Amino acid sequence: MNAYLIALSAIVKREALRFLHQRERFIAALVRPLVWLLVFAAGFRAALGLSIIPPYQTYITYETYIIPGLCGMILLFNGMQSSLSLVYDREMGSMRLLLTAPLPRGWLLFAKLCGSTAISILQVYTFLAVAWAFDIMPDSPWGYLAVLPALLISGLMLGALGLALSSLIRQLENFAGVMNFVIFPMFFLSSALYPLWKMAESSPLLRDICALNPFTHGVELIRFALYLKFEPIALIWVLASTAVFMGLAIWGYDPARGLTRRKG
Amino acid sequence: MTSGLSVENLAYRYGAKEALKGVSFQLEAGEFGALLGPNGAGKSTLFSLLTRLFTAPQGRISIAGHDMGRTPRAALARMGVVFQSSTLDMDLSVKQNLSYFAALHGIAGREAARRSDAALERMNMAERAHERVRDLNGGHRRRTEIARALLHDPAVLLLDEPTVGLDAAARQSITSHVHQLCADQGLTVLWATHLTDEVYDSDHLVLLHQGQILQDGNVGELRGESALSDHFLNLTGARA
Repeated sequence: MNAYLIALSAIVKREALRFLHQRERFIAALVRPLVWLLVFAAGFRAALGLSIIPPYQTYITYETYIIPGLCGMILLFNGMQSSLSLVYDREMGSMRLLLTAPLPRGWLLFAKLCGSTAISILQVYTFLAVAWAFDIMPDSPWGYLAVLPALLISGLMLGALGLALSSLIRQLENFAGVMNFVIFPMFFLSSALYPLWKMAESSPLLRDICALNPFTHGVELIRFALYLKFEPIALIWVLASTAVFMGLAIWGYDPARGLTRRKG
Repeated sequence: MTSGLSVENLAYRYGAKEALKGVSFQLEAGEFGALLGPNGAGKSTLFSLLTRLFTAPQGRISIAGHDMGRTPRAALARMGVVFQSSTLDMDLSVKQNLSYFAALHGIAGREAARRSDAALERMNMAERAHERVRDLNGGHRRRTEIARALLHDPAVLLLDEPTVGLDAAARQSITSHVHQLCADQGLTVLWATHLTDEVYDSDHLVLLHQGQILQDGNVGELRGESALSDHFLNLTGARA
């Protein structure tokens, strides 16, 4: 195994070990979408009528509709949370250790991203298992397998966004504000909770904003994959956004920019 | 070019504030360099540049003959670092922390285990290999960090105020151990501190003040008859 792969596997393993030591984080990550699924969706079920839209071939319950959005929510929160830990790591020093490794910085950041995405995917599958226990599931069990690449790509996109943000934020205290300005708009201005045609009924402008939101495309990619369908436009959007966010992160962590600097 | 550490005409500024102004010094292989300076002298900035956390627009750094600007990865591979604040994972064991670091340097499997054992043995930490870092005292955590920094057999070891927060016995033990490493293994050390009792007469003094080198040479010769602490205060206090 070469040095690149040794470092990659060690960074992913470290993320996994850290995650195992933070069980409360795991439970919190699971409770949030479950509350939405079992409380919010149950209440909205009567209020919202959904027509038959792809990839669905029949009328579906609202709970079924929001499953992909809640998978996206787990990826989004986790992506941001791991970047929050990056800001913390940077202040506390372990990010310094990582960045002094004799490997290209882009690779080290990518490895870090892979680690956090792997943890996110584990959480999504746990959530899907709980939803399954409540009888909310895709048409075919193969959907659970088909969704894996969609989760991976969307997870990498949201993790890369978090990474880019973490490089631009100098202090931990500034992060809470960014969370509010990133997570909530991204989640609510997307197709996670309502289909875009429903959004257009109230405001075409809102619909257009939602259609530009990369998170919408991540959710749609997951939605189609769960029903064994492929959404090429969503894939292109997600891949392009990932490339942009990763580029921003690499630029942000460029040593010549000196963002990791501390006065002394 | 030296096989130890060489810094030439290094400058860095934070906006309008000049943090380092034309800093140059050289440490030969096996030399213990004591980087002394009051708070705000520019020690942390110098360390950040030496470890390539950021790069300087002006000047050169060479680690064991590798230019940090031109071949950063070769330079970083020959360098071990102990940062001022701990960079250990508190919830992982000593051994897990060492394995992680070894992997970042491309060392895995049995070789990583062998080197970890040897490094811990050298720091008298072998019996604590499987303890959680959180359960160790401050001195043992520092020893773990030093063991980790030596895992890949670096030629140059940088330590940024490594004894902060330690009791006198732990401080003395770590200081003498690192001096011993220089003598026995030809390791080049740059040890940043503001505690003069950690510096020996045979060491190489690099005195930094307000971003500039005030003195650079043998400690015993530079301090003359006065105690190093008085010598340090005379130079930095008078110019503060």
